[in-house]
Amino acid sequence: MDKILRIDVGAEGGPAFREDPLGSYAGLGGRALTSAIIHAEVPADCHPLGPENKLVLAPGLLTGTAAASSGRLSVGCKSPLTGGIKEANAGGAGAQVLARLGYAAIVLEGERQGDDLYKVMISTEGVRVEKDNELKLLTNYQLMDRFSTVYGKKGAMISIGTAGEMGLANSTVAVTDMEGRPTRHAGRGGVGAVMGSKGIKVILLDGTGTRNREPKDPEAFKDASKRFVEGLRSHPITGQGLPTYGTNSLTNLLSEVGGYPTRNFRQGRYEDADKISGESQVELTAQRGGKGRRGCHRGCVIQCSGTYLDKNGQYLTKRVQYETVWAHGGNCGISDLDAIAQLDHLDDDYGLDTIEMGVAIGLAMEAGLLPFGDGKGAVELVHEVGKGTRLGRILGSGAASTAKALGIERAPVVKGQAIPAYDPRAVKGMGVTYATSPQGADHTAGYAVAANILKVGGDVDPLSAAGQAELSRDLQALTATVDSTGMCLFIVFAVLDQPETLQALVDLLNSFHGLTLTGDDVAALGKSVLEDERDFNRRAGFTAEDDRLPSFFRMEKLAPHDVDFDVPEEELDKVSRE
Amino acid sequence: MPVITLKCYATLAAYNPPKGEMTVPESTNLAGLVEMLGIPPGEVKLMFVNGRGARQDQVLSEGDRVGLFPPVGGG
Repeated sequence: MDKILRIDVGAEGGPAFREDPLGSYAGLGGRALTSAIIHAEVPADCHPLGPENKLVLAPGLLTGTAAASSGRLSVGCKSPLTGGIKEANAGGAGAQVLARLGYAAIVLEGERQGDDLYKVMISTEGVRVEKDNELKLLTNYQLMDRFSTVYGKKGAMISIGTAGEMGLANSTVAVTDMEGRPTRHAGRGGVGAVMGSKGIKVILLDGTGTRNREPKDPEAFKDASKRFVEGLRSHPITGQGLPTYGTNSLTNLLSEVGGYPTRNFRQGRYEDADKISGESQVELTAQRGGKGRRGCHRGCVIQCSGTYLDKNGQYLTKRVQYETVWAHGGNCGISDLDAIAQLDHLDDDYGLDTIEMGVAIGLAMEAGLLPFGDGKGAVELVHEVGKGTRLGRILGSGAASTAKALGIERAPVVKGQAIPAYDPRAVKGMGVTYATSPQGADHTAGYAVAANILKVGGDVDPLSAAGQAELSRDLQALTATVDSTGMCLFIVFAVLDQPETLQALVDLLNSFHGLTLTGDDVAALGKSVLEDERDFNRRAGFTAEDDRLPSFFRMEKLAPHDVDFDVPEEELDKVSRE
Repeated sequence: MPVITLKCYATLAAYNPPKGEMTVPESTNLAGLVEMLGIPPGEVKLMFVNGRGARQDQVLSEGDRVGLFPPVGGG
């Protein structure tokens, strides 16, 4: 991982590439690398779909090594959705193959010439960029059918569906999973549209002949690796909860605590939560012969994924995750798991972020375009987006644009990005993260649910404003670090509760790279990433006023606890401006 | 004696009372409830009364809604 592949899509005669040494980016990976490149090389005031923006794909510092659960990919750019800096994070096999091929990052840059579409093929033999206009408006699963024999079992495909090609502000970069299916997405912020703006439809990674990256100190690495795996296996959430139920065990929990945003954030408890809960999903999966306990990439020991089979026992999608079940389920009053799983499949196929899409549909329901609870109607709307109809293009521009076009005040967004599955009024720590993260509303940017609800890494009353700013600030820094290592964010549960697992993570980094970091240095890394990101946003025109929740969260009380969002603005400013 | 509604989630589902309701002796607290249900110690990670996080010594009242969870998580 000592080189950066730069593809200039504006070169004379079609895209040209070169391989650069890391230079001043040495020692960075994942989100630290994507944000450093965007911060240094992209003018903050540029148009996200214009020639000055860049799309950066970077494996983490530990990706492609034998370290468990380290296969995450960071995708960075200036976001077409938020107008600020973006790092969207994906699992799947892509990051590992990219790392084993020796790349710290791929950067797509320059001004696209004409309407041609290109495919990029990378193997140990080298890089090829070829024109392929037969790919126009193919969906991700159609690309899989076309290319699965090319990238094969040891490789991966990174692609955009129709949404990215059309430049929609809700569009993902898809990454294939261990089965070669395009089920893992850098979902948030419209990163797919930036890839589309560069005219690159697909990146095919052939892993044949590659091996795990070698640590500087193999013995110490092996030892740290063992302690790290023990930590993940022994923690009840990473060792039992997530493998058994996936992430969807949160549906019943968030509804029980009154923090489950129901029908476009009208209430905090969903009367049909049980029908779409992780428990029900596990039961249904077992009846139909589906699988649980699958990783999204090789070497994951948490294994929160699996397969979702339809009524006829045929593969429909991966084990549907909590955020998706919420966005398309409770947020739209839809209590039919099969409809939700179909929506998940369609989002993956067209390349749409499930959170942004579900929230946009909830707004369409609030506007009266279709009734709450209409699963069939929701499926039709996602088809409209994927096919680019007039209404579809509005819905595919994200929740904020949808609300504006439909004349709806209650748009649950921050910096133009949809708020996910925890109501900020009843899980106030998450409200602070939504408001202050440079990423826009993003639960993964500082998962305060841990201490607010799960009693992991502390115990902070979710209904009180006290202590939330501090909690969110510290988690945002830790998260920025974890996102730079290539580790799955779920390791944080074990790291927060078990000091020895945090130490194992630090030891992994040190023994692999020959460093002598301490726990404090690791926190400092995350802070410096956030500083880069905030500086970019300031230069892009963001002010303290952008670090706020929409006013209806202050003005409307949420049942059952009758709470509003009352964390003072000075507290929010402490998080983002200190 | 207070009648409460009780919901045991995920791996604790086997301990759900019929119809989701049960009558408990006066002054029963959450620790006592978990013991009455026969749930092995350590299996309950999160306890809620009326949607609010609660401690073992919280005494139950008529009409309380109790939710018990093993360790779960996601995101």
